[in-house]
Amino acid sequence: MSAVQPARVPAPELDVARIRRDFPILDQEVNGKPLVYLDNAASSQRPRAVIDAIREYYEKDHANVHRGVHTLSQRATDAYEGARDVVRHFINAADTKEIIFVRGTTEAINLVAQSFARPRLGPGDEILISALEHHANIVPWQIVCEQTGAKLRVIPISTTGEVDYESFERLIGPQTKLLALAHVSNALGTIVPVERFIARAKALGVPVLLDGAQAVAHGPIDVRALDCDFYCFSAHKMCGPTGIGILYGRSELLEAMPPWQGGGDMILTVSFEKTTYNQLPWKFEAGTPHIAGAIGLAAAIRYLENIGMDRIARYEQQLLEYATARLATVPGLTIVGTAAHKAAVISFTLDGIHPHDIGTILDTEGVAIRTGHHCAMPVMDFFKVPATARASLSFYNTFEEIDRLVAALEHARSLLS
Amino acid sequence: MDLKDLYRDVIVDHNRNPRNFGKLEPADAHAEGHNPLCGDRLTLYVNLDGDRIRDVKFEGSGCAISVASASLLTEAIKGKSRDEVKALFDDVHALLTRHDAAVDPAKLGKLAALSGVREFPARVKCASLCWHTLNAALARSSEPVSTE
Ligand SMILES: Cc1ncc(COP(=O)(O)O)c(C=O)c1O
Repeated sequence: MSAVQPARVPAPELDVARIRRDFPILDQEVNGKPLVYLDNAASSQRPRAVIDAIREYYEKDHANVHRGVHTLSQRATDAYEGARDVVRHFINAADTKEIIFVRGTTEAINLVAQSFARPRLGPGDEILISALEHHANIVPWQIVCEQTGAKLRVIPISTTGEVDYESFERLIGPQTKLLALAHVSNALGTIVPVERFIARAKALGVPVLLDGAQAVAHGPIDVRALDCDFYCFSAHKMCGPTGIGILYGRSELLEAMPPWQGGGDMILTVSFEKTTYNQLPWKFEAGTPHIAGAIGLAAAIRYLENIGMDRIARYEQQLLEYATARLATVPGLTIVGTAAHKAAVISFTLDGIHPHDIGTILDTEGVAIRTGHHCAMPVMDFFKVPATARASLSFYNTFEEIDRLVAALEHARSLLS
Repeated sequence: MDLKDLYRDVIVDHNRNPRNFGKLEPADAHAEGHNPLCGDRLTLYVNLDGDRIRDVKFEGSGCAISVASASLLTEAIKGKSRDEVKALFDDVHALLTRHDAAVDPAKLGKLAALSGVREFPARVKCASLCWHTLNAALARSSEPVSTE
């Protein structure tokens, strides 16, 4: 018997058994064991409300948007534009024209890189990011630096996985033309105290982009309270469909930006001599959009809001505390990313067992986790590990599932170490 | 899917105690293999005696399957000619990817322990990384001698 007391199971903040019934996919066996889905940071699952909203749209309302006078086109347009307002309200933006539908976080960041940063940058200018960024918040800036001669500067992180504020203060200056930071790290779980960074950037007149991919599903977001200029996120990490995401931008900035892609929908008039562009937000939405995706995203937001983002955040903190305590009992396990404020994302290594083997062994126990570099190779380099295993939790996960994870890890140890 | 099929005793043993682990200096040829998906990285060194593999070593880090596979490879190819290595590669490749593979376990020796991998498609790349790296090293050694 282990001398370590099992972590106490707190009274859950949410009626999780009921919530789980909303997610058809969770009710299945994988390799003969009930599925334990702990790969939510890669992509979350969809409640029936989202699946139904998409199906109903295709069964009853589908037509192209913004172009027909017929009834279906009007319905589709209303649903699509209605979804935009649901998103606006969800992140407390001032106006729907600040909500651009894109493919996801990656596309949102690329849009800002090409349409906002590129025309403003030249040699001597700098873009500032941190060392814990996802590749999606690194590579678009590297491309724009190559195009313009600007330089990418990186704020270092500490061994706990926190962005070093003192270094940031040294790095930011008049040469800084944009600060681009993750709100929550997907590889380490760190909740970056972005408010502090934004306040300093604003004092110096530096615009700020936040990569909110890992933040939106796990607590309330208020872009006006944050005072950021751009906020990017993906629907598929917040119970919505793949292939749709949001770029929020302050309207003054979006107004001044040239379109990113050209085509239908983003224009008012076209002739071979001169084309005039559409207003916001359509200026940035060339071509037929992912209408069903927007509708699915709105359904996901309604679902999350119905549970309550505050309650989701509190429950996930309970899960995080419990999982951290339980994992600490596994011999040889090291948690990578131990910031004081974390989302329910736990990266770890196990002595003598490569993460890839952990992933395979856990899968045979029905436990789905991610293994690898999590699209954050610089983070792996910093911690001098080739890869980590990562369990990322969501409000539909349970304390029992964490016990299953721990038991599966013990199984991996008995097999391989 | 039975884990015991994947992590056979031979595999676990070669992962814990990889054979021919280290660097060959000097080496007639070497090549690096990298599997970015899981972070496996290995370097393979070979010394040749005319057409035959006189010595082979590897170093790097990776999952149990990739380390064991590389370790088994080094034992299997020592003393073999290029043609024999090529034939062995084809057999291993068939063993890893084809369910109907008619490979003779006697020909494969200990390498036959890798047969469980084909039940785990996500892991085939781990087992084959060292073989592709070997091919790259051998191809390089047949190039005109560089002045490097
Ligand atoms: C922090 C972070 N940024 C950006 C992305 C990219 O999101 P997407 O692939 O949906 O564009 C991810 C997704 O893994 C992420 O975790």
